[in-house]
Amino acid sequence: MAPVEAATKQHANWSPYDNNGGTVVAIAGGNYCVVAADTRMSTGYSILTRDYSKICQLADKSIMASSGFQADVKALQKHLAAKHLIYQHQHNKQMSCPAMAQLLSNTLYYKRFFPYYAFNVLGGLDSEGKGCVFTYDAVGSYERVGYSAQGSGATLITPVLDNQLKTPSPLLLPAKDAITPLSETEAVDMVKDVFASAAERDIYTGDRVEIVVVNSEGIRREYVELRKD
Amino acid sequence: MDSLASDPVNQCTATSFEMDSQRTQYPYVTGTSVIGVKYEDGILMAADTGASYGSTLRYKSVERIKPVGKHSLLGASGEISDFQEILRYLDELILYDNMWDDGNSLGPKEVHSYLNRVMYNRRNKFNPLWNSLVLGGVKNGKKYLGMVSMIGVHFEDNHVATGFGNHLARPILRDEWREDMTFEEAVKLLEKCMLVLLYRDRSAINKLQIAKITEEGVTIMPPYALKTFWGFSAFENPTKGAEGSW
Repeated sequence: MAPVEAATKQHANWSPYDNNGGTVVAIAGGNYCVVAADTRMSTGYSILTRDYSKICQLADKSIMASSGFQADVKALQKHLAAKHLIYQHQHNKQMSCPAMAQLLSNTLYYKRFFPYYAFNVLGGLDSEGKGCVFTYDAVGSYERVGYSAQGSGATLITPVLDNQLKTPSPLLLPAKDAITPLSETEAVDMVKDVFASAAERDIYTGDRVEIVVVNSEGIRREYVELRKD
Repeated sequence: MDSLASDPVNQCTATSFEMDSQRTQYPYVTGTSVIGVKYEDGILMAADTGASYGSTLRYKSVERIKPVGKHSLLGASGEISDFQEILRYLDELILYDNMWDDGNSLGPKEVHSYLNRVMYNRRNKFNPLWNSLVLGGVKNGKKYLGMVSMIGVHFEDNHVATGFGNHLARPILRDEWREDMTFEEAVKLLEKCMLVLLYRDRSAINKLQIAKITEEGVTIMPPYALKTFWGFSAFENPTKGAEGSW
């Protein structure tokens, strides 16, 4: 072994990534969409702040919630905001949620070999006014679904949503819309419950949950306190 | 035939490739915690003046809190040389901003935004500036307090602390901080935090500076020492009651 390598390692190797934790959830209904995220930001076992919003409004009817590495998430949000501004100037309208979903996928894949460490759900209303949720991995694979959870509490929340909301099989013919049967208030209550549950067991989820509801009247925000330990 | 050993192309292994360009992957001379709080009429920041070379206390009078423009205050922990480089960037930024001579000036929000981009941009080049920065300021009656890490993670809060400060000082701040604290109350709170850090952070030293920024401008107070008390029984006999120790 070369002398340089033989020297004992005195420090941990630097990493360009961090996981700042957090959980994000979105549920699509017939004429609404609920997007929610907790407001805790952590690094390792430390909490950096208890009041950081992971939710970003990208267009009139597109809301993105992201967990993962905060610096990458912020860079991604700014990039999409700039792209959407150009879109508005060129087309004189707001981008639709399905269009934004494709843009987000392309943006993530563009950095396939130095990825944005960001786990996103995009929620909103499609051009027919129906609720839509798109769920992603860090390199841009995406899918339209009826509901989704991402981030540190996703493993705790997803099975609960699966059990309560049931996605119709994608193999059914004719295809059925992946939209939840719940009313808007039922969906909001469900979100409150799953976050309270995730905060019990996931140390990276807590402090507060921010809930954004999109419907034909516009968007509405509400907050619910979570465990702070 | 030892074709691999004599082949110059195959000798260009990972080791020699990494030697081609060297980047800072660890710090040399570092400063420890900085803490910042909002109070009644602005922002207060505290940091000691020590700079360590590994575990050696190498410099004892390094100012780690500096003014930036008219409305901001910057505190740094981490690599001191990188901090000084950042100050050069900011000096240029403020100079070019002044040259517009349009009566506008960069506020703390803008400076924080700039620092976020600089830190994140350098991490994208795998050549980070090895610092945790605290940025505070007041402009148009708005108080601002934020932080940036060396990989570009950033946020705002009512009180912030870097490094050990996040473990030892922030729980105290969370218990005792109020938005409407007077200057005297806020200084007292910062001193309480700095004393805990002095006792428990081995690289902290008893020579600290407090700086304030209000609508009126920046004041960086001269360094001073805190009154310490080492007579706690746990300090005099730290292993008392610990079974199996001597």
